[in-house]
Amino acid sequence: MTQESFSSRRQSETQEHAEQIQVNTTGQSAGVDDLLDEIDSVLESNAEEFVRGFVQKGGQ
Amino acid sequence: MSARRLVGLETEYGIIRPGMPKANATVLSAQIVDSYAQLVAQGDARVQGARWDYADESPLQDARGFAINRADAHPSQLTDVEPDQQEGIWTAESIALSGNDARIGSTLYQEKDTTDVVMNMVLGNGARLYVDHAHPEYSSPESTSPRAAVLWDQAGDEVMRRAADSAQRLGGGQLLLYKNNTDNKSVSYGAHENYLVPRAVEFSALVSGLTPFFATRQIFCGAGRVGRGMLGERAEFQISQRADFFEAEVGLETTINRPIINTRDEPHAVWDKYRRLHVIIGDANLGQISTLLRVGTTNLVLSLIEAGLAPALELEDPVAALQQISHDPSLATAVRLRGGRRLSAIQIQREYLLAAQGYCASRGIEDADTAEILQRWEAVLDLLERDPLLAADQVDWIAKYKLVTSFAQRHGLGLDDPRIGLMDLQWADLRQDKGLYYRLAARGAMQSLFSQEQINQAVAAPPEDTRAYLRGMTLQRYAPYVVAANWDALTFAVPGARRVNRVFLSEPLGGSRKDVGRLFEANLEIDEFINKLAPRA
Repeated sequence: MTQESFSSRRQSETQEHAEQIQVNTTGQSAGVDDLLDEIDSVLESNAEEFVRGFVQKGGQ
Repeated sequence: MSARRLVGLETEYGIIRPGMPKANATVLSAQIVDSYAQLVAQGDARVQGARWDYADESPLQDARGFAINRADAHPSQLTDVEPDQQEGIWTAESIALSGNDARIGSTLYQEKDTTDVVMNMVLGNGARLYVDHAHPEYSSPESTSPRAAVLWDQAGDEVMRRAADSAQRLGGGQLLLYKNNTDNKSVSYGAHENYLVPRAVEFSALVSGLTPFFATRQIFCGAGRVGRGMLGERAEFQISQRADFFEAEVGLETTINRPIINTRDEPHAVWDKYRRLHVIIGDANLGQISTLLRVGTTNLVLSLIEAGLAPALELEDPVAALQQISHDPSLATAVRLRGGRRLSAIQIQREYLLAAQGYCASRGIEDADTAEILQRWEAVLDLLERDPLLAADQVDWIAKYKLVTSFAQRHGLGLDDPRIGLMDLQWADLRQDKGLYYRLAARGAMQSLFSQEQINQAVAAPPEDTRAYLRGMTLQRYAPYVVAANWDALTFAVPGARRVNRVFLSEPLGGSRKDVGRLFEANLEIDEFINKLAPRA
């Protein structure tokens, strides 16, 4: 492979990589928003008491 | 030099009975193990088990070359005694019960014969499931690639889920399990990693090579925590669950004065040849990519140390650096090295990455595992440098950070709102319909390597390329004759035989499918199986 075509391939790979990140990030954010939309039905009720009740004994 | 190495991962899970904060944690943990034992007994899911054998444990042996006097040890360091086996000496059970708790038999297990409670077992996938102090613990079978380490670690989460389901079905009530490392009220419990290292490597080289790496790798494998300080006294987000519980650089302890480098020296293998590096600094990861990076990069750094090629970096104050880095989710913090230079965690990680890339390139090392880890390591550091939020689909702490900060923004809350504290906790709930990690992953918001089906298979089957294969398969096929098992031995009692037969598995890579697969295919009677096995040990 010539230097020129190698570098153009690198460039297009970089662009693809950037697009890929864009897509992943968008999908990730949509997942977060979607979960937050229904968070009240997922979270345990009485947050303060529940967290206070999570008491562990020592471990390693 | 590669990213492949014999590895085993241990996880102590948080456990509660909802609405009963005073319930005895050891009793609850025993209930988990016992309920799983009952699943096994019912022939459910092809998961066979046997009692654990403590003969090989030597927790007071120090890797620096000395053993500590038993009388000087903190009671919680005595992990080699079967609970209740000896009078007058601390046992795992009595340690956990030494507070104001009732003894087993006087509370939750009132109606049960306590001698029947299983505290400790070996599973058909080669793992160990037991009660460690006040937590149920799963220790994964030995595997040789970072991906396999992830798979059998995830299998442990599934084992715990099934155990909790089983406990509820058996009428034992609801038990909730959490894959986290602190209750945010002063207590931390571990997720330990074990790496096989040649004994010829100087321990001091491990200490100097690993310390800067361990202080900084949290940026891609921390689990995230809302809470600052051992008591969680301030509601601030930090990268690591464990960082604030570390107080020393090097030491033997695991429960008090925790060190960045732990010196416990029990190889569970040929002593002259191997060391088992016992790593206690890590967070338990729910995410598959965070686990992969944690194990894969550590394998590469150990290889660099073995080759004498670890970057010559020395932190001025490693414990302080560990905590400063953890306390700054922007990753901008630079920590001071000896000599006055200051580097960020990303920059320190890049030095290790460059050394590993250089070594692999110069030696033509290009196996698929090494190539994957090098590529992912570089990619994640690039993302973290551009903007940590870009790595939210692969790094646990960033996914959690994004979830809790988005929630706080949406409702105009501070991180001290009780619902934020609950999200931090419920992130790690093992129930797939309640755990926030799982709810997020179900929306495709977390990268993964393995499907639930593959994880289920790893619950039932051992890795094929280590002694875990022989251990797991033996339990699947010959469990009634196995009276004890541990990492490096299997003990059989055969009807009519005059004494028990002990088969040693001192070579961690022995007993693989290639070695002994034919014995299992041949469907031998038990005495014939032992006869064919014995000469190998």
